[in-house]
Amino acid sequence: MNAPSRVPASSKLIPGATGDWEVVIGMEIHAQVTSEAKLFSGSSTGFGAPPNSHVSLVDAAMPGMLPVLNHECVRQAIRSGLAINAQINLVSTFDRKNYFYPDLPQGYQISQYKSPIVGEGEVTVDLGEGESIVVGVERIHLEQDAGKSIHDQDPKLSFVDLNRSGVALMEIVSKPDLRSSEEAKAYVTKLRTILRYIGACDGDMDKGNLRADVNVSVRKPGAPLGTRCEIKNVNSIRFIGQAIEIEARRQIEILEDGGTIDQETRLFDPSKGETRSMRSKEEAHDYRYFPDPDLLPLKIAQAEVDELRAALPELPDAKKTRFIADYGVTPYDAMVLTLERESADFFEAVAKHGDPKLAANWTINELFGRLNKQGLAIEASPVSAAQLGGLISLVSEGVISGKIAKDLFEILWTEGGDPRELVESRGLRQVTDVGAIEKVCDEVIAANPEKVAQAKAKPTLIGWFVGQVMKASGGKANPQAVNDLLKRKLEI
Amino acid sequence: MSVDESTVRRVAKLARIAVEDHEVAKLKGELDAILAFVEELSELDVDGVEPMTGVTPVSIRLREDAVTDGENAERVLQNAPAREGDFFVVPKVVE
Repeated sequence: MNAPSRVPASSKLIPGATGDWEVVIGMEIHAQVTSEAKLFSGSSTGFGAPPNSHVSLVDAAMPGMLPVLNHECVRQAIRSGLAINAQINLVSTFDRKNYFYPDLPQGYQISQYKSPIVGEGEVTVDLGEGESIVVGVERIHLEQDAGKSIHDQDPKLSFVDLNRSGVALMEIVSKPDLRSSEEAKAYVTKLRTILRYIGACDGDMDKGNLRADVNVSVRKPGAPLGTRCEIKNVNSIRFIGQAIEIEARRQIEILEDGGTIDQETRLFDPSKGETRSMRSKEEAHDYRYFPDPDLLPLKIAQAEVDELRAALPELPDAKKTRFIADYGVTPYDAMVLTLERESADFFEAVAKHGDPKLAANWTINELFGRLNKQGLAIEASPVSAAQLGGLISLVSEGVISGKIAKDLFEILWTEGGDPRELVESRGLRQVTDVGAIEKVCDEVIAANPEKVAQAKAKPTLIGWFVGQVMKASGGKANPQAVNDLLKRKLEI
Repeated sequence: MSVDESTVRRVAKLARIAVEDHEVAKLKGELDAILAFVEELSELDVDGVEPMTGVTPVSIRLREDAVTDGENAERVLQNAPAREGDFFVVPKVVE
């Protein structure tokens, strides 16, 4: 591996007894390719089916069965490569990675070792507060997933379900360009966003459809790379962060006590908050790769790559830049709005109705906030983009106040309906008729002579009067008009 | 090129083939003979020659992404040495 040249900010270093340490991280992300059928067979990739139902004789590795490559899986890998601006290899080959495990009936995994379908690319990762880093991707290759072993059903036996066996995975290998757990988490988040945008992987980490092997080493800043340990199969972004923190501290302690790091595979145990050695896996690391004689080299026409490139949707970085330029939203808001393609589309549909900044505020603070609280995806939003758009245009036009808009949002959320009609039928229209507001102001002033006297001495009391008038008007008076009128009437 | 006895044992273990102590020397001899035979290839100068991947001018066959197989657990499990419901059952393997 190349010696990384980035100099990390001192805030990312980990203090130890002998001074600061730098953690160096590289990741292998396994992303399940979105497809109907498996990589080399015609059985379904559907999740949650009864055991061994989505299994063909190819997936069960019955003698004489031959793999036939799924074209769509190839296209998904190419799309993924294009989305990270990577080299697409027009010729790639499949190799056998040999090891024994009960959930791998072939006795080998078909993977791409020597010539992967995608070469070097890069991912720009936002770290907040305007800081961003470029993380190099070494390669993306296609490979088969294994089946699932279940160990807790019997004291002496393991149960094997091959439904996952043969499902297509992309292994996305990063360069050791990451320097903190925060960077690592941000990288996985960004990669997940990109894959979801292009529809190459659903990124569902709960189902194991995106998981990471994390390589961690530590060194004194500027020193050569330390010996790394690989933490296998970490299946949530939060756990990736925890595993890195814990593993880095473990290595620093060993080195500061004068010990050395053994290069090995480790397992992260979130319940115990530790990583531990998986020594039994070590021997299996002698994979004896060789070209799979059942599969000819995969040759892709440049025309197909061009066609896939032309059909790519607008990617998160481009969308974010456009949102900042066209809608004038802040970089942070643009990042939040473009995290999911569906959210970005929703925002744009809302923004068509009026002030884009207002649309961004309402979409992020009210809608996303409420959706998050209730654990709903944007697709399941009870308030449609047209309804929210209607609401913000009523605010922009001054028909309703911001406060009434919140009440209207509540009605849209719980009951639905057309915002403009609701404003009319429920009498929510903001009162801008000065005569009507004036009448209410006069009533409030007449009813509170002591307060009037106090207000002359202490002008900030006007806020109390505004509150009373707003209350008396059911929130429908225009707050600015109320303020102006009261100032004049109270002579302050 | 030749192999030593520990390599013979390691290769056997990786391939999950049980090899008795008295068989190791014989297998070493056989492996050495195979390697010597293959070694003859290294006499050829193949600089700049593309690796040959097949003898017929065909390209890889691709399949459309459609579900055309599976949904028959009985067929998949019929040769299983042991099963429990529709699971394969094997001696416990755990880290």
